[in-house]
Amino acid sequence: MTDWPILSTVTFLPTVGALLILLVRGDDAAARRNVYWIALWTTIVTFLVSLLIWIDFDNTSAGFQFVERTDWLGGKISYSMGVDGISMLFVILTTFLMPICIVASKYSVKKRFAEYMVAFLILETLMIGVFCATDLLLFYVFFEGGLIPMFLIIGIWGGTRRVYAAFKFFLYTLLGSVLMLLAIMAMYIQAGTTDIPTLLQFQFPASMQTWLWIAFFASFAVKMPMWPVHTWLPDAHVEAPTAGSVILAGVLLKMGGYGFLRFSLPMFPLASADFAPFIYTLSVIAIIYTSLVALMQQDMKKLIAYSSVAHMGYVTMGIFAMNPQGVEGAIFQMLSHGIVSGALFLCVGVIYDRMHTREIAAYGGLVNRMPFYAFAFLVFTMANVGLPGTSGFVGEFLVLIGVFRANTWVAAFATTGVILSASYALWLYRKVIFGALDKASLKSIFDLSRREVAILVPLVVLTIFFGVYPMPVFNVTGQAVDNLITNYQAALSAAGKLALAAQ
Amino acid sequence: MMDLATFPSLAPFLPELVLAVGALVLLMVGAFGGERSTPLVTTLAVLLIAVAGLVLLFKAEDGVTFGGAFVLDPFARFMKVLALIGSGFAIVMSVNYSKREKIARFEYPVLILLATVGMLLMISANDLIAAYLGLELQSLALYVVAASNRDSVKSTEAGLKYFVLGALSSGMLLYGMSLIYGFTGHTQFESIASTLATGPIPIGVVFGLVFVISGIAFKVSAVPFHMWTPDVYEGAPTPVTAFFAAAPKAAAIALFVRVLLGSLGPAAADWQQVITFIAIASMILGAFAAIGQRNIKRLMAYSSIGHMGFALVGLAAGNQSGVQGIIIYMAIYVAMTLGAFAVILFMRRKGQMVEEISDLAGLSRTHPVIAFIFAMILFSLAGIPPLAGFFAKWYVFLAAIEAQLYVLAVIGVLSSVVGAYYYLRIVKIMYFDEPAGAFEPMPGELRFVLGLSGVFVILFVFFAGPLGQAASVAAKTFF
Repeated sequence: MTDWPILSTVTFLPTVGALLILLVRGDDAAARRNVYWIALWTTIVTFLVSLLIWIDFDNTSAGFQFVERTDWLGGKISYSMGVDGISMLFVILTTFLMPICIVASKYSVKKRFAEYMVAFLILETLMIGVFCATDLLLFYVFFEGGLIPMFLIIGIWGGTRRVYAAFKFFLYTLLGSVLMLLAIMAMYIQAGTTDIPTLLQFQFPASMQTWLWIAFFASFAVKMPMWPVHTWLPDAHVEAPTAGSVILAGVLLKMGGYGFLRFSLPMFPLASADFAPFIYTLSVIAIIYTSLVALMQQDMKKLIAYSSVAHMGYVTMGIFAMNPQGVEGAIFQMLSHGIVSGALFLCVGVIYDRMHTREIAAYGGLVNRMPFYAFAFLVFTMANVGLPGTSGFVGEFLVLIGVFRANTWVAAFATTGVILSASYALWLYRKVIFGALDKASLKSIFDLSRREVAILVPLVVLTIFFGVYPMPVFNVTGQAVDNLITNYQAALSAAGKLALAAQ
Repeated sequence: MMDLATFPSLAPFLPELVLAVGALVLLMVGAFGGERSTPLVTTLAVLLIAVAGLVLLFKAEDGVTFGGAFVLDPFARFMKVLALIGSGFAIVMSVNYSKREKIARFEYPVLILLATVGMLLMISANDLIAAYLGLELQSLALYVVAASNRDSVKSTEAGLKYFVLGALSSGMLLYGMSLIYGFTGHTQFESIASTLATGPIPIGVVFGLVFVISGIAFKVSAVPFHMWTPDVYEGAPTPVTAFFAAAPKAAAIALFVRVLLGSLGPAAADWQQVITFIAIASMILGAFAAIGQRNIKRLMAYSSIGHMGFALVGLAAGNQSGVQGIIIYMAIYVAMTLGAFAVILFMRRKGQMVEEISDLAGLSRTHPVIAFIFAMILFSLAGIPPLAGFFAKWYVFLAAIEAQLYVLAVIGVLSSVVGAYYYLRIVKIMYFDEPAGAFEPMPGELRFVLGLSGVFVILFVFFAGPLGQAASVAAKTFF
């Protein structure tokens, strides 16, 4: 254990980097280079410091670690930070993806480079804060605050319909979140505190749980996103710059799943049990429907975006299966999806930077000119499909086991999603990579540059490593998940006994 | 009852005394010095407000005076500081504008000072008569400054419109007051409250309070008494609009709180539903009507209608956290509004003021720092954390939830999402659109106001605790 506030350090280091960038004057190549290196070093240092959290993390404890607390709004609302087995790896995921995003943006961002980097670094602070906050209001501040930089990133550096996408992203998410804000207030008044560890112990009355659950659901379902409120995601993905898509798919979507795990399940167990069939239904529809929609896409990013929605369907389903396989599988699936879908967007970015189109029809036969690219893309496609040996398999498989234990029919329908995901992913791969290289514009395309290799190699390595040996993740999450499920079962059985006593 | 022979204690009344005497002296200076003395009068007026603020903070003593008609308590102190800040900055922000538009007159700062005295009286009013006197002193000064650009048709129209509708609302207020007096036999707030507490609320008092609420709702421009706001905001010279949007709103809200909680507290069940309706209507109208606006001053008018709706949510809650919420809301609202108007006053191209929202296009390229601060103010107005506006909404809605006004709270937050749309639209125009050409450099005093406002809005998250505590102390006044 360290005695310095490591979580706050990791959270606010990127902000410091952003302030440093503001000091860089000028708009010439030299200034641009300086900005780039400041941003890159900031994110790398943040990543390295965040690794210390993992190293010092106590796997045997189910509670919050590295706890910090300072008075903030007075009363029982304080600035308090802490991580447990559920949240810790998301912090690492965020800090890991950021340097990759910075490198990926080096040439693709043409205008207003310094502002772009500032927006990204501020966004990193807010994202890490979401996972570290152990105060409900502080969580909300970070959770909502992320909208501002993301709105600007999509709106300024996005594609042709960027304004529409940025507004849709912002208003959709805000609409979901304000209801959660009211629920947070109601919880504060009921429990007298917004301290998450205290609230985890607090038992809300059953009727109140239902409303609180719905309010939190409104926010997380939009963020996740779940069918039918997923429609902002394809637009946002398509219009966002490459690094924006990576962060959106890699981290922002995980906030929804994290929210379900952190708040909905443990704080409103009775309502969660009641609503589980509802979640199953939405998840199954998401998996099957959005997979079918993905099959029809012309645009690569849109296809991957719909596939993300389908994969998030597994996550919600696994979370609400409420058994160790389901929940751990869901967490693993989120981490794996963070790496894999991020990598897929980077892959699209690689060829977009060369050809400036994302139309699937504009490509074909790339394997002839880009063998390394074809290999990397293959690994991520297979991971997206859930091929054994890749990280995608582990999460999907565990979730399906967990759901199977909870509800066989749901599992049966969900499994068809595996087939569908193979269809669209392999179809995409075939269209883009295989076939004859007969398009004139592609004749001179280059394979991965060293910079691109540098960003894709770590992702390939992790995808395969966690596919073969997922234990490092389960070691971290195990205790916390067990604890979560034990408490959940205890709450349910206590309520069951109460119901019996009432009769 | 106080003995008439004894002279009332002036200790709680010192700030008003300083301002009133100072305003008269400055009027003499102006009258004898002529137009040349305008800069001097303006500077002295700002200094006078600062002195009044210091007197208020360090010299004036809490207490009741003038036979119970005037009270200084922590709530009054807090709101008076807001009113003084709003007035002081309004004078500061007018300097360059008046010079450029050639409407610089020494009467302007003097009128603002007199309006400020009126506002302070309103905030401290502890008696129906005193409340009316304060309100009228403020309003009469405001009617004149609204029309202060007397060669402009729009400005004079704004002044006239404001006067006619304002007179009507004063009539309603007075009628309501007379009913309340008639049915309770008192004009003093505590006496009214204690009379009402003894039995069922007489129907005449209910009528009276509806009229009183209507009259004050007009002053805070709450729906359905908001119609004058867009026209007056658009027509009045911009520094006057900036003044209207900040300080008088704070004073009127303070009067609202004091009349309803201080004197009509026992009738809470009766006025709560009226306030709830006004709050909902204001929030919804403020959100939807602003969407179609092209003129930024009109947009700010609707925005302020919406914000008054949010502040009234705290009053509808009618509990201590509600008052705390109102106090915080008004403090943040004043800071944001002044910052926003500093930007609007800076919109000057080729020697002409421009007021279309589209004129801001590409501001992030031509004036990156100003655009950034303005964007933060707009996000704050939309209530996005971690900016100040979020905490304003947090406190008022927390009070509404505490009072179990769930429908009000849900409608409120949903309309804040609609409202977010038009604030975002301005951000979009500044950041996503191509530049429409640079404005003239920002005058120093506007930079100062905008900078302060920006610092407040962005860093509020760090000192939200102490301000919340101060507001909580102030709110205890009524409970």
